[in-house]
Amino acid sequence: MNNNLKKINIYAIYLGAIILILPLIAFFINAFSFRWFYPQVIPKELSLQAWVRLKLIPKPGQRSFEGFIELWASNPTVIKALLNSLSIGFLVTIVSIIIALPAARVLGLLNFRFKKLIIFIMVSPTILPPIAFVLGLNINFISWGFSGNYFGVCLVHLVPIMPYVVLTMTGIFANYNPDFEHQARTLGANKTRTFLLITLPAIAPGMVVAALFAFLVSWSQYLLTFLIGAGKVMTLPLLVFSTASSGNPALTAAISIIFIFPAILILFFTSKFVSGESGATSGFGKI
Amino acid sequence: MSKLNIKNLIKSFPSMDRPAVNNVNLDIESGELVAFLGPSGCGKTTILKMITGLFQPDSGDIILDEQSLLKIPTEKRGVVMVFQNYLLFPYMNVNENVGFALKMKGVDKNIIDQKVKEMLELVKLPDIGLRKPKQLSGGQQQRVALARALISNPRILLLDEPLSNLDAHLRDEMRDLIVTIQQKLKVTTIFVTHDQEEAVLLADKIALIFDGELQNFTSPKNYYEKPKNIKAAKFFGGVNFINAKKDNHNLSTNIGTVHYKGENYTDLNEDNIITIRPENIKLSKNNDFNDNSFKGLIKSVIFSGTHTRYKIIVNDLELECSLQSVGLQDIKTDDTIYVHLPSDKIWAMNE
Ligand SMILES: Nc1ncnc2c1ncn2[C@@H]1O[C@H](COP(=O)(O)OP(=O)(O)O)[C@@H](O)[C@H]1O
Ligand SMILES: [Mg+2]
Repeated sequence: MNNNLKKINIYAIYLGAIILILPLIAFFINAFSFRWFYPQVIPKELSLQAWVRLKLIPKPGQRSFEGFIELWASNPTVIKALLNSLSIGFLVTIVSIIIALPAARVLGLLNFRFKKLIIFIMVSPTILPPIAFVLGLNINFISWGFSGNYFGVCLVHLVPIMPYVVLTMTGIFANYNPDFEHQARTLGANKTRTFLLITLPAIAPGMVVAALFAFLVSWSQYLLTFLIGAGKVMTLPLLVFSTASSGNPALTAAISIIFIFPAILILFFTSKFVSGESGATSGFGKI
Repeated sequence: MSKLNIKNLIKSFPSMDRPAVNNVNLDIESGELVAFLGPSGCGKTTILKMITGLFQPDSGDIILDEQSLLKIPTEKRGVVMVFQNYLLFPYMNVNENVGFALKMKGVDKNIIDQKVKEMLELVKLPDIGLRKPKQLSGGQQQRVALARALISNPRILLLDEPLSNLDAHLRDEMRDLIVTIQQKLKVTTIFVTHDQEEAVLLADKIALIFDGELQNFTSPKNYYEKPKNIKAAKFFGGVNFINAKKDNHNLSTNIGTVHYKGENYTDLNEDNIITIRPENIKLSKNNDFNDNSFKGLIKSVIFSGTHTRYKIIVNDLELECSLQSVGLQDIKTDDTIYVHLPSDKIWAMNE
């Protein structure tokens, strides 16, 4: 690549980053301001009123340690939604990886007839609009008693997640040499130890990336949660949408920050695995 | 010290139209160094993997010290295999790699450290314990893999093409190391190779395998002097083959009657084939030989250093002869020559 092109690429990356970060800054200011309207460049008055209304910060005069505890213990909707989103995300991530592991191994290691077709069918949920199959699913879910409850929501989250997880993990196994496991077996390791000592370290980086996808897809899921949860399972995206439609910018901004923050945190801690160095496809590296 | 018996072993893969391993029988004595020799794809690795338990045979049995291995899981067989590409565990350093088998047995950490040190000294790599496999050369990786395999005193050691990934000069060194260690530890060893010369240099006995079938299992010397069939003879560089018929304790061929002393005369079919190594044929301008001597014409003379190779036409049949270059008679292309096939050096085989 010539130098100018390199520079342009780097500028493009900066520009991209700025485009992503600017709205975040606006969110931030908005969340801590009192009535910030057009021609004002910065808000006239800062305020915590949005956070008070979300019941995350007590009213003035009650902002002691006990005040916070009492407020949070009263189980405000935001905290309920946050805990729901987190727990659904974690649960669904773990389940999706446990299901995907054997499937990805077969797809990555073996060549068989119809392999491409099977991969295509698995990827199809990412191409189809979710509404298309959820409306079909919903009827079944109602009759199975999964509609309007927590586990129904978890189950339906698996639908858009599985393709990402299986595909990412298939990538790991495409690069994987099962003879390493055979070697460990002949050296006296039983199946469990072989998995823990040999297989797991080899697939861990790729698994982190798959888990990241899984969590983020679940975390930002609106439509499926809305339809299957039937309003009874509150998650952060639902709260963001309903607040946004109520038309209070400060409130919307505050709740959006709560929505974005965990995602950024997770990305930050896993970025090492996503970057080119270790890569989604780790296997045993080059031997 | 363990002896291994392989009985009627068969293994098929759905992707293949013939069995990958077809009815193989082998008896390997305790402490022997045996080579599995054959072209790529003939089923050598598949047999090794059945001995380790990584593949289950379709039928047949594998017996180690009078006990069938088939029902025993891989990790409890005491059979250690060194794979073709070494497969050092990349997340562990050399010490951890070498000590792996003892760790699996739950051996005390101090004893493991001590044994690891001994093994690395045995393979002549005493100072690399803390390095990662990536930081080693191919030859070093191979030796670490050998140390790792030997540390738990395996009953059988299996080496899959141990030399084929090494440069020529490392290959000789590694070959010597394998022989030295094998003789010192007396571990029953099978190694796989597609290189006939390597098998001859290393092995006590060679199992020659073509297309999943065992052709012969005997000493390297016998493959040269008393091959079992024409395929085996050709694989070991045999070039002279003459069709023959049994004829009253002699063999009759279209170059004339050949006197035969081989001990297998009674086992021969009516129609058979005579072979003789190029270096065992003698040439003379005057008919100095009174036995098995045939008149022919020199077709070509090729000087190749210590030896000189002649192609001779005898009654439409082409024979090849190789003589030491020193002290040669003056023989040129188109000369008439007498070819002598010593009766104790010719070997007849069924086809
Ligand atoms: N796991 C397997 N699945 C299907 N076919 C296999 C498998 N392993 C080996 N084969 C086939 O069996 C034959 C013998 O293979 P192998 O034992 O590896 O040969 P060699 O080690 O003598 O080169 C080959 O044709 C190979 O394609
Ligand atoms: Mg092989």
